[in-house]
Amino acid sequence: MDVSLTLIVIMAVLFAAGVYAMMERSLTRVLIGFLLLGNATNLLLLIVMGAPGAAPFYGEKGAVSDPLPQALTLTAIVITFAVSAFLLALIYRSWQLGQADTVEDDLGDIAVRERTDAEEDLIDDESSLDDEEATTDFVGVSTAPITVLNMRDHPSIVDDAPVDVPDARGAASRHPDADEPAGGSGDEKPDERGEQP
Amino acid sequence: MNALVPLIVMLPLLGAAVTLVFGRNPRLQVVVTTATLVAVSIIAAVLLAAVDAANQPFAVSVGGWPVPFGIILYVDRLAALLVLISSIVLLAVLLFSIGQGAADGAEETPISIFNPTYLILAAGIFDAFIAGDLFNLYVGFEILLVASYVLITLGSTESRIRTGAVYIVVSLVSSILFLAAIAMIYGAVGTVNLAQIAERVAQLPQETQFVLHLMLLVAFGIKAAIFPVSFWLPDSYPTAPAPVTAVFAGLLTKVGVYALIRTETQLFASNDINMLLQIVALATMVIGVLGAVAQAELKRILSFTLVSHVGYMIFGLAIATEDAIGATVYYIVHHIVVQTTLFLAVGLIERKAGSTSILRVSGLMKAAPVLAVLYFVPAINLGGLPPFSGFIGKVALFESAAAVGTPMMIVLIFGGILTSLLTLYALMRAWNLAFWREDDGAAENDGRIEYLGNAPAADEQGETRVIPPIMTYATAGMVAVTLALTVFAGPLYALCDRIGGGLLTPVTLEQIDEGAD
Repeated sequence: MDVSLTLIVIMAVLFAAGVYAMMERSLTRVLIGFLLLGNATNLLLLIVMGAPGAAPFYGEKGAVSDPLPQALTLTAIVITFAVSAFLLALIYRSWQLGQADTVEDDLGDIAVRERTDAEEDLIDDESSLDDEEATTDFVGVSTAPITVLNMRDHPSIVDDAPVDVPDARGAASRHPDADEPAGGSGDEKPDERGEQP
Repeated sequence: MNALVPLIVMLPLLGAAVTLVFGRNPRLQVVVTTATLVAVSIIAAVLLAAVDAANQPFAVSVGGWPVPFGIILYVDRLAALLVLISSIVLLAVLLFSIGQGAADGAEETPISIFNPTYLILAAGIFDAFIAGDLFNLYVGFEILLVASYVLITLGSTESRIRTGAVYIVVSLVSSILFLAAIAMIYGAVGTVNLAQIAERVAQLPQETQFVLHLMLLVAFGIKAAIFPVSFWLPDSYPTAPAPVTAVFAGLLTKVGVYALIRTETQLFASNDINMLLQIVALATMVIGVLGAVAQAELKRILSFTLVSHVGYMIFGLAIATEDAIGATVYYIVHHIVVQTTLFLAVGLIERKAGSTSILRVSGLMKAAPVLAVLYFVPAINLGGLPPFSGFIGKVALFESAAAVGTPMMIVLIFGGILTSLLTLYALMRAWNLAFWREDDGAAENDGRIEYLGNAPAADEQGETRVIPPIMTYATAGMVAVTLALTVFAGPLYALCDRIGGGLLTPVTLEQIDEGAD
């Protein structure tokens, strides 16, 4: 299969630059990296189409180029376009929330890393909790599992058991509901436009 | 029967369009969404019965192009079973979210956006399951991913944007890798049709096969969250709204696993990387569950067990015998249902107790006994206690591994047992602290766990909310489905065995051609 070396070099550079840009924490750079990677992949699809110069579609005399990669590339371009639009909205929202459009460390991970000994003890020490509560010698006491499960008329159980279909409440809360998202989407659309110029 | 096949994807897309048009009428939206999912589950059930009876897959070439050229939708037993089970799960989660949306109003789950996006997500999942060519699989992935981007950042709160960014960037990378892999496979074999790729790949040199195989493995591995590329999942899933997390946990990683099954059994059956898969499976199982043991927050515990249990499916794939593939399929079905149920139950716990941290929640046994049952049954099921489906799936996997009997298999079996026990440990510790601990303990602990206030990783609501009955019903319905998987394990397992047998005999183009007539 003959392919143009220029295309391959361009594709390689685009891939390298795209991966480099995607390594950054800034979401804007991630977006740029994603666009470069998307274009690099589209070029790859064009490269696997084979030698350039053939007629683009069927019906001509002589060699015709393979139409399938063209269709794949078009689809990929559309998908990249849609995802970029979403990313722009995400970046704008992130900036709006004062996060300076960066990808941040996961707070849950930090919480686990910085957990103090006392908290570790509470988690690990449930054996002591078990000793107090979850042994057999409390059968017959009010906290025994059998007693609790049989207390169908216990006041605190009532709000948990299925009672009725929430029609009235649903209708009441659905009205503001219908307006909210409309306002929300109204916020989103200028976001994308704001980024484009 | 063939006419039913495109409906699996068309109906949700059509439903999404209708719900989008009627964005100001939430009640109509809910009716349309529910009706669509009910219709798809009926169609899937009919297709499953028909495919199983006919012993031959259905195939449709969209647009009437001759078989190797057009887009092919392809339904065999595996695809039909997974479409059926995911439509049931989607339906239950939808009911749960209806309850939540009706009770909370718009600020956390804007219904008018939620319903269309949810249906598009469903369409993407179904499309990926019935895709007959690699590019259609890619399109299915993209549809479900773009819908999932919207769902995971629903309401655009600060924490959801923060964790959503991680999820989106990781998914973008995996999509690009997948697309590049498709381009290279097309360059190597000149087709994107799954059956045709399988025929032609076998003639390539082993090294070329290995490179192409590995690219697909990494792309699908990120989506399925298998070990070296799984760290995005526990970071991003817990902050989304409860129903969204539930459906993501149940279905999205399984779509990745499904793609891996197709890759291993059909596309690259001639290229053996089972040793690599075995190592990856062991690491996924053990490292994932160790993460779960370290966590003190229920949604994060569940996210880590999700990663760890994907390892069992990779384990089954890595054994690569008919029995093992059948066991893997059974395990996938079991895990889709159980993981979703657990996330729904935790969603209820969050409403009841105002938190999902096991350090804060306490005394739920007295306050909410129904909830206790809804958490306990799927929890011991996931942990693999007999007689539940988790136990059946794991025993089947271990049996087929023991039948192969290499030293690595023995190591894997022990790894699997260890993972199962540690899962049980993590879930039962949460059970002890959240349900059995006396209520007054929580106030006394509050001072000791200040870090939770400083780092609201779980997007804590900090207040208790009423649980509408429909949410309890939806969760209870899912628990009933998990029990049904146990009660009807015989016929279901026989079906999975037939799937396992069918998958390892390669599908030829002629068969697809026949199916399309």
